[in-house]
Order: sequence, then C-alpha cells, then structure tokens
Amino acid sequence: MMSAVIQAAPKAGWDVEGVRREFPILDQEVHGHPLAYLDNAATTQKPRVVIEAMDRYYRHDNANVHRGVHSLAERATAGLEGARETVRRYINARSTREIVFLRGSTEAINLVASSLGRSFQAGDEVIISALEHHANIIPWQLLREQAGIVLRVLPITPAGELDLTALPALFNARTRLLAVSHVSNALGTINPVETLIAAARDRGVPVLLDGAQAMPHLRVDVQALDCDFYCFSGHKLFGPTGIGVLYGREERLAAMPPYQGGGEMIRSVSFEKTTFAGLPHKFEAGTPDIAGAIGLGRAIEYLEALDWPAAQAYEDDLLRHATQQLQGVPGLRIIGQARDKVAVVSFVVEGVHPHDMGTILDRRGLAVRAGHHCAMPVMSFYGVPATTRASMAFYNTHEEIDRLVAGLQQARELLV
Amino acid sequence: MSDDLSDLYQELILDHKRRPRNFREMPDATRTVDGHNPLCGDQLRLFVKIEAGQIVDVSFLGAGCAISMASASMLTEALQGQTVEAAQELFATVHDVLTSDHPRTDPLDLGSLGVLSGVHNYPSRVKCATLSWHTLNTALTSTDDVVTTE
Repeated sequence: MMSAVIQAAPKAGWDVEGVRREFPILDQEVHGHPLAYLDNAATTQKPRVVIEAMDRYYRHDNANVHRGVHSLAERATAGLEGARETVRRYINARSTREIVFLRGSTEAINLVASSLGRSFQAGDEVIISALEHHANIIPWQLLREQAGIVLRVLPITPAGELDLTALPALFNARTRLLAVSHVSNALGTINPVETLIAAARDRGVPVLLDGAQAMPHLRVDVQALDCDFYCFSGHKLFGPTGIGVLYGREERLAAMPPYQGGGEMIRSVSFEKTTFAGLPHKFEAGTPDIAGAIGLGRAIEYLEALDWPAAQAYEDDLLRHATQQLQGVPGLRIIGQARDKVAVVSFVVEGVHPHDMGTILDRRGLAVRAGHHCAMPVMSFYGVPATTRASMAFYNTHEEIDRLVAGLQQARELLV
Repeated sequence: MSDDLSDLYQELILDHKRRPRNFREMPDATRTVDGHNPLCGDQLRLFVKIEAGQIVDVSFLGAGCAISMASASMLTEALQGQTVEAAQELFATVHDVLTSDHPRTDPLDLGSLGVLSGVHNYPSRVKCATLSWHTLNTALTSTDDVVTTE
C-alpha cells in the first residue's frame, strides 16, 4: 500500500530536508537560533561524504604520492589520480593531462599570468571586465608592472551585466588573452561566456574563465564552452579548502613554462639540465594537497548523484523568493539586477551600514557577508563602500529567506 | 531589545549615529588625518586644531558603520578643550577598555564613552570603534596623515 502511495505522488521536486541532513554543520544553533548559512559565495559547507573521505584517507591511506612503491603510497597515488579523473569527467575535459591541481582559483589565475604571461611583450594586451574579483585583476596588474602589458576593462551596465557593445573595440592586434569571470561573486551575474568566447575565437585570442562562482550553481562542459582555461576552487564546490583546479587546453599547457620548480614536476635533474615532467605534473611542484584532492573528488561524486535540473529549479525559486521579499523592505536597493543570475542577492539598506547589518543578522543565526566582496571596482561603480550579500545554495530554505527579511526589518527598526 | 544587541547598540550610540556631533570640515585645522579600515571600507577624516598644547577644536567627516561613526562623534565631544597630554591619556584608556580582556579602567569610570565598551563582546567590530581613536593618536603623535587599522 505504501509503495502505491509513493508511486502516486507527483514526481518529487527537491528534497531540501534530505539534502540538509547530508551537511552536518547545518544542524546547529547560533546565538540560540538555528543556523541559516547564507554565505555560500564565500565558501560552501561540506557534505558528510567529503568529511568522511578525508578522514578515511588520513586514517588509512596517508603517504606521499607518485614516488613510493609501498602499498600506502600506491593507495594515496590512486586516490589523487582518481580525483583528477573525477574532475576531468565532471567538466568534460579531453584528458587528465588538462587538469592541474592547485590551491584554488586565485593560484590558477596567477599560474596563467606568470606562465603564459612570460611570453607577453610590453604593449601586449589582456582584457578583463569591471565585474572581476580581485583575484582576476591583481595578477594582471603585477604582470603589467613586470612586463609592461596593457590592461583593458570591459565595462558593466547599471544592471550589473557586461556591456557587450563595448567588447569589439577592446580587441586589437596586441590582445593576448581575454580573462573574465563566468559568474560574478559580488552580484551573482551569469556572464554570457559563449558570446565572449566566440568573439575571442574569431580574433584568435585565448580565453580564461574564472569559474569559482559558477561551478556551485551550473554544470560546466569545457569542450562545449571551447575555452582555453577554466579554473575553480574546491571549497566553493562543497569540497575542502586548499585545493582547486586549473583546466587548460592541452596544447596551451604544453607550450607554457613551469610555474614553480621543485619535486614532483621533474623527470631528471642535474646541475646542468633539468627535464620537466609531462602534463599536468609539470605545474604541480611539491607534494600536492592529496587529502584535499580526494575530498574534492568526493564532493564532485556527490554532485554527480544530484538531480541537477531539480536543484537548479529550486535555486531559481529561492532567488525569485529572495528578490521578491527583499524588494518589499523599505529603503532596500538590490545591487545588480542582471537577467541571468545565480542565487546571490547583494543589497544596501538606507541608514543601515552592511557591517551593522552583518552583526544584527548574526545575532539571529543568519550568516551573510558584509563588505566589498574583494570586488572594490564593482562597489565604486555603484557608489557604495560595501553591500550585504546573501548567497544561497541548494540546501537553503524559503524559511531562511523569510528570517533574513525579518532580520532586515529589525535592523531598520533599530538603526534608522 | 531582542537578540542581545543592546550591549552593542546602546541608545547613546544610536543617538550619535543618527546625529553625529562636530560632523564638519575644519579648514584651519592644525592636523588633518585620514583613518581607513580596509576590511570594511570605513573611512573618516579627523580635524584637530591645537593651540599652545590644547585642543581648541576637533571635528570629523566620514562614512561607515554605526559603531565607527558614533565612536568618532563621541571622541570629538570628549576632546573639545582638552590638553594634548590628557587626550593621549584618554586614547590609551579607551584603547585598553575596548581591546583588553582585563582593562585597567572600569568602563563605568569612562563616563559616556563607557558605552563603547560593548564592542568587546563583538571581536569583529572592535576595529570599528577604535578607528577614530587610532586616527586621533596619529594626529597627536606623528606627522603621518593616513592611518589604517590593518
């Protein structure tokens, strides 16, 4: 009888309560209120399977990789390289030679700026956008100081979208790279990367996409995108901190010099000549974050098992609900109203500074971000020093959004 | 007030936040120092006019959270007419009360400035309250014209 009832039920949407049970950290109180974690663009929480996989690695398999012939070394190596294959499969790279493990998106962009950038001449140009996180601004400014490159910035519209009309004029014969975020961390805007890539390809310009904020919300296929580089951080993808990925098209990576020197990245060394290892190990000097890679691989396996269309529909609904409810708060202005957004809402409330907002919400168990979100040019564009940002994941609930709105009302009553 | 925020957002702090005192430029200031908290973007410019070892006028401009604005406003009230020496002593005392786990001075002895001591229970907010005081200290003790809380 029970099974008949279950079968008769409409196709389930998103079992948010079931998902929440997989994330142990969510089950706690902060200042006497249930934790509502709305700071997922800063870092996401980790499912139990990730925590257990890392714990198991350190309890049973810990050894250094690639060199040892003993069993633990073989298990550790299999764990690391298995995670690399999991990443490859997830983003549909052609080969694991295209998957470089690094500390995160920041290091990945620095790698490209240092290594690919070594071939740039004074006067060569790199295009970024006005929506970038500092991680995709400063490595290019460092390269500008070092090599004399020119940095061109694609502007944004008041809605927080890239101004594509300005794009053609930014390309010229000296353009060496287009480096843009897939999704804006400060505003949640999903950039039209297909259009950007097509424009760059027409001109023979390689493209780097900073996918740190895209990966937790979108499924990414690097072959379908046809980008040259794509990077992301494990900890924003429900995996551990300290691990991230640079995908690079194999022929690009093969032509680039190593980023750092050391163990793991060589074939043979003498004082006269060193022969570097092949891809991807050429870019992985030193002992890698083995446990981190294993944790990231497990996070991706967890994501692979999710019903993505349902998760995305759920997140879209959360975003709609949040946008609608927040707009009802007097004096509240949403910063960034792009047509295509992930579930991130950045806002300011007249008379309530974001830092006061952050403190007041924290006392109600609500974790949000207050600040410039490492995107100070975006803040300047909107003429605000900081915003409050609620960034959601598929484990957040409509009730948490309602609590956020009630918290904002309380902050207004208190401070305005 | 619910949720135990009353220790931080005391009525006097809210009053200074809503109506900051001495919130004006001072073209004839003898010292003008910018204070900046890069972490949260709070910025203020402190103007001090010193004549014969005495602070004859102090004012500020700026933008920031309620705590940083109220702290700066209360600072300007507390320092009008004080000697430079007394102002430096007050800086040391306020700094101790805001940052130390075992302050040498009872916040109650600080008079109205004692309300700022509530930040001690909010570690991420201490710098908001100390920004204007660090800016004052720089104005009185160095020739720098910019100070950050980093």
